[in-house]
Amino acid sequence: MSDLSADRVSVAFAGLSALSEVDLKVTSGQIVGLIGPNGAGKTTLVNVLTGFQPATEGTVRLDGQPLSGLKPHEVRRRGIARTFQGGRLFRDLPVIDNLEVTGVGLGLSRAAAIAEAEAMLDWVGIAPLADRIAGTLPYTDERRVAIGRALMRKPAFVLLDEPAAGMSAQEAQDLSALIRRIASEMGCGVLLIEHNVGLVLDLCHHVVVLDSGVVIETGGPAAIRASERVRHAYMGTAADTNLPVLEVME
Amino acid sequence: MGSLLQVIFDALSLGSLYALGALGIALIFGVMRLVNFAHGDVIAASVFALLWPSVDAVAIIFAGNLPWFLLIPFVLAIGAGLSVASEAVVFRRFRRTNPATMMIASFALGFVIRYFLLMLFSSRPKSISLLPSLSQPVEILGARIPLLQIITIAVTMVVLFGLTAFLRRTRFGLEMRAAAENFTMARMLGVRANRVIMGAFALSGALAAAIALILGSQTGTANIMMGANVMLMAFIATVIGGMGSLAGAVLAGFLLGAIATVMQVILPPDARAFRDAFVYGAVILVLIFRPQGLLSARGTRERV
Repeated sequence: MSDLSADRVSVAFAGLSALSEVDLKVTSGQIVGLIGPNGAGKTTLVNVLTGFQPATEGTVRLDGQPLSGLKPHEVRRRGIARTFQGGRLFRDLPVIDNLEVTGVGLGLSRAAAIAEAEAMLDWVGIAPLADRIAGTLPYTDERRVAIGRALMRKPAFVLLDEPAAGMSAQEAQDLSALIRRIASEMGCGVLLIEHNVGLVLDLCHHVVVLDSGVVIETGGPAAIRASERVRHAYMGTAADTNLPVLEVME
Repeated sequence: MGSLLQVIFDALSLGSLYALGALGIALIFGVMRLVNFAHGDVIAASVFALLWPSVDAVAIIFAGNLPWFLLIPFVLAIGAGLSVASEAVVFRRFRRTNPATMMIASFALGFVIRYFLLMLFSSRPKSISLLPSLSQPVEILGARIPLLQIITIAVTMVVLFGLTAFLRRTRFGLEMRAAAENFTMARMLGVRANRVIMGAFALSGALAAAIALILGSQTGTANIMMGANVMLMAFIATVIGGMGSLAGAVLAGFLLGAIATVMQVILPPDARAFRDAFVYGAVILVLIFRPQGLLSARGTRERV
């Protein structure tokens, strides 16, 4: 059992507060959702957790050990992987190479990296696309490549930044089945940042809601669904809307 | 028939020089977003490495008397070494700066190398006899083609295929392709950034040295400015090819070689002195219609 936590993490850009004393914890096999309106600081928090952005205050810990000062690739070597909004694949490279270079970068021999990349493509369900140039794929497949790349060498934690953005309901369903398997079959702790609130409430064991850099609510999906504060943050008013409407709006 | 063949060989061998130069520039641009204007001076320095420092008009041969199978690796090693040293001493410090700053640094480094050569060798071109057996002509279908042209084209083909295989088939090549497209991402995934950059500089320097060998044998002179013209054309080829695209750089290098050669033939004799103006005019036309380059590299548009 592993756990990844943010302890009273604050980030300020030129004096403006992007995150303020945020606490968050993910453990192995758990799917934690991170939601909040645009500009709430979700991606900033992921950047802090993965070493892309130093925290102004507070600490990120992996199994109690602080990760402060580590570079992104050092964080990745310790088993914390992430995806990026929009995929950020090596678009000129074949799909298999996208995964292979990750395996090689993480210390595998080439042969071992190729073998693991092939197994991983199969696992995320896109084995037939191995030799396609990554930039030519439809975005649903691109997301799977990005997830497969993040899962190379079986990280203990994977942070998914808006994996379902722009997907239809059916496509999002297929994706959530995959995310579930990442937690249950692979035993990864998953932090899911997503605008599709319905998807998050459906998938996650625990949800953290950010607004303007502050955690305004945490709890199980039922508690989040019932929260007046969450509704308020999303709608800007306490109008008598309910969350299914939010899904449509997203 | 014979003269057509001659034109084709002229175009291919000139294009080969430009393609090798463009490749050397594109390799470094790919991993660092640096347009290395010192590249031309590395070409010159590689030739002068064969000579003993002296300001006399007559060259005092130093390594130039080595047999070819030692001379060629020696020159390639000089080019690669100088290029790697310029990364370690100069460019490494500019990695986080913007491309314009790096470009200015490369101009400055180029001048340092050039004036260093000037100090040791003076600005007078020196006559050297580099691989003289290559200047004999070979008769093909009635055309007399200099052996050197054929070797230039053949060497370029071998380099291109070799480099392609290297980039496709080796672990280092894989890391380099990933780094060229998105350096930050590659680094985040654990790609060994310093080694990849060093490797790109070593390859680029060796390519500069290959050009030096060809130019030195072709012209029979060593001149501190000898890399400047190739450098300019090679830089233009990388721009036309689409900055960062290796295939584009090579393609555009051959295209420029072809345009220059064809202009030389079709322009009226009075206008031939102005050939380069026509070549650059063609460059402007290409850029008007394909501002992103013939084959644009995605990596230059999308960065983490």
